[in-house]
Amino acid sequence: MENSLDPAPPLLEVRGISKSFGAVRALQEVDFTLRAGEIHALLGENGAGKSTLIKVVTGVFPRDAGVVRLGGDEVAPRSSKAALEAGIATVYQEVNLLPNLSVAQNLFLDRQPMRFGIVREGEMRRRAKALLTEFGLDIDVAAPLGNYSVAIQHVTAIARAVDLSARVLILDEPTASLDRHEVEILFGIMRQLAKRGIGIVFVSHFLDQVYEISDRITVLRNGRLVGERETASLPRLELIRMMLGRELAETTGARATASDRPPREVCASFENYGKAGYVAPFNLELRHGEVVGLAGLLGSGRTETARLVFGAERSDGGQARVEGAPVRLQSPRDGVRHGFGYCPEERKTDGIVAELTVRENIVLALQAKRGLHRPLSRREQDEIAKRYVKMLDIRPPDPERPVGLLSGGNQQKALLARWLATSPRLLVLDEPTRGIDVGAHAEIIRLIRELCDDGLALLVISSELDEIVTYSDRVVVLRDRAHVEELAGETIDVTNILAAIAADGAAMQEARA
Amino acid sequence: MTMLLPRRGLAQILALIVILAVDRVVSPQFFDLRLQDGRLFGSLIDVLNRGTPVALLSLGMVLVIATRGIDLSVGAVMAICGAIAASLADSHSLPVVLAAALGAGLVCGLWNGFLVAVLGMQPIVATLILMVAGRGIAQLITEGRIVTFTSPDLVWLGNGAILGVPVPIAIALGMLILTGAVVRGSALGLLIEATGGNARASELAGVGTRAMILAVYVWCGVCAALAGVIAAADIMGADANNAGLWLELDAILAVVIGGTSLFGGRFSLVLAVLGALIIQTMNTGILLSGYPPEFNLLVKAVVVLAVLLLQSPKLPGFAGIMARLRRTKP
Repeated sequence: MENSLDPAPPLLEVRGISKSFGAVRALQEVDFTLRAGEIHALLGENGAGKSTLIKVVTGVFPRDAGVVRLGGDEVAPRSSKAALEAGIATVYQEVNLLPNLSVAQNLFLDRQPMRFGIVREGEMRRRAKALLTEFGLDIDVAAPLGNYSVAIQHVTAIARAVDLSARVLILDEPTASLDRHEVEILFGIMRQLAKRGIGIVFVSHFLDQVYEISDRITVLRNGRLVGERETASLPRLELIRMMLGRELAETTGARATASDRPPREVCASFENYGKAGYVAPFNLELRHGEVVGLAGLLGSGRTETARLVFGAERSDGGQARVEGAPVRLQSPRDGVRHGFGYCPEERKTDGIVAELTVRENIVLALQAKRGLHRPLSRREQDEIAKRYVKMLDIRPPDPERPVGLLSGGNQQKALLARWLATSPRLLVLDEPTRGIDVGAHAEIIRLIRELCDDGLALLVISSELDEIVTYSDRVVVLRDRAHVEELAGETIDVTNILAAIAADGAAMQEARA
Repeated sequence: MTMLLPRRGLAQILALIVILAVDRVVSPQFFDLRLQDGRLFGSLIDVLNRGTPVALLSLGMVLVIATRGIDLSVGAVMAICGAIAASLADSHSLPVVLAAALGAGLVCGLWNGFLVAVLGMQPIVATLILMVAGRGIAQLITEGRIVTFTSPDLVWLGNGAILGVPVPIAIALGMLILTGAVVRGSALGLLIEATGGNARASELAGVGTRAMILAVYVWCGVCAALAGVIAAADIMGADANNAGLWLELDAILAVVIGGTSLFGGRFSLVLAVLGALIIQTMNTGILLSGYPPEFNLLVKAVVVLAVLLLQSPKLPGFAGIMARLRRTKP
């Protein structure tokens, strides 16, 4: 990775950074190199370690190992303020400025021009105006920052950072809430800054933008460095492969049994189902004893599809049917009533009730389904909890332990138990294996197949393509919030999924070749 | 049932014992009881009797707080319902008076619940509305006067006795048992704790979180109404300006002393009522000691701080010992 021919030391050199949170290894020996005057995209799926890397470099988190060198000198900032003073500035997606203060005050916060202990408002405004003009902004700097669009707030934050003599500018998802025109303005400013010799780290999920603006790309996956490439010589398909993992050589065929079995009965079907601005109308059939995988990049509409299917989000058109009968799915309660279950991606915020016990978490959905007047007796609760703790091997096997104290994998099992206890006909699993250790990972995949063999219909979302290939009978591929392709039987393999995700003609041909 | 008195009640029980012991020192007759005209008298009975309104309020408040809410309007609701009861007492029979007052409390609770559960307002702001407006409504009902009544039925509610036990104490005990039976006898307790612990997750698990939230505010309103009727019956009149004034704060304090977190989740009815008794035991003790009542507020603050420190997981020592004891239990 190191460019030994380059005589000058790189602007920012990150070597061998490791960081663990408890037992979770968020970063393992990660290297990252930023040259002066380049725009460098830092890419990876959720949980890849991008934010952790940024926060370790800028001193928000202490690092466990590794060095950071800025212009050849080792730096170890202990706070984002110290990092800023050293010359590393970060602008987060949520702008960290004060919307109630004026633009000028925000720009000179903490370093206002003073005379006799009094802020020189006029001087400050004049300098603010001059500074923003450099960035092509001609606005009233006396007006509160909150009056302006997110784009202008971003530019203000960048201007502040650059004016603080930043040499490294880290932009974390700066374009997430900007429209096309605003993105153009921002890119213009980024190019201008790069010309001045500032090194820019660009974190984004929008691959089009990455290809438009960046010079080089570094990809992280599961806390490890996957590689560093020149943008111009990295085909999009290859990039997606780097982000999602698995080399083509490793990938083998789909589930052999898939095409051999006779077609199963339809459990639930969705015709022209969708919601404007959320996910485009789709057709989807879920059959008993069948696993349907949802594949696509982050933000492609996977979770959105799952929430519509379960009833956590209301569709604005189309028809849902359960066992052939038309139904309305207006709320999670409707989903539960029709025998659906949903394990959400965000286990902690949307799944478990941390302070309640494993037993209480397991019986929650069943109790909600039965209603208030038919409480499960303590003995029934104990029996259910004991049965599932044993069946899913939840550890420690203590139903009275608060579920928040369990490991991620065991929390996930408790959530599965919650739904299995309701004897569902359809289970929707959003990233069921994310953030859990290898052992539990394998168990959950085994469980998915067993449940399927028992006649349950499953809709599973996963970023791990080889995992999806292993258990899916059909795979629906999403891109840009629309269902773009459905693969079945023999055609299910990582190559085809990647091709459908990348979906640009050349990449597809390359993949097929 | 162990759910009513969890293992964590030790700090509260210890605090109550210590305060009772101090009361015994400042007033040697503190534990004396005597029976007169078929009713028990004595400082202990006084504590229970005077503590009734806050105990009733805390029964509703603890459920509201368990859903991660708060109800600042209970003092004002007391004033409204007391005013209604006093106004109707001499012209209507007791059942009608009670139905009107409790009905008003129920409507107040529905209003609060509607604002929080349906409109999604922040509980502290939503209930502030009725806290302010409620006292005005009460003053409109009493037309700015102190309404007095002589109806023996209603007076009995405040001053009578059942088998020697003052009626307010009997009512509070009855409400504790009723609330406990409803909440822990049905699935309500679990679903309330789940809603307070993680509302998003609970909703995705199919829990009707809005219905839960509406229900607890309604129950809180009914409890406040009953407290208002008892307070009015006690003084044989309704004072819209002062009835239940600041009692919402005592009720919140009682719940917090009872170990229920303002962040919602786990709650204990019994410990909330115990919290109300701790507050009242302190009040009575200071009155008996002859210190000026101004001291009351200071001493209260110190005791509350002490109880909360005992519960604090960050404090080593007592909490650590408790945690270790709990861990060694099978």
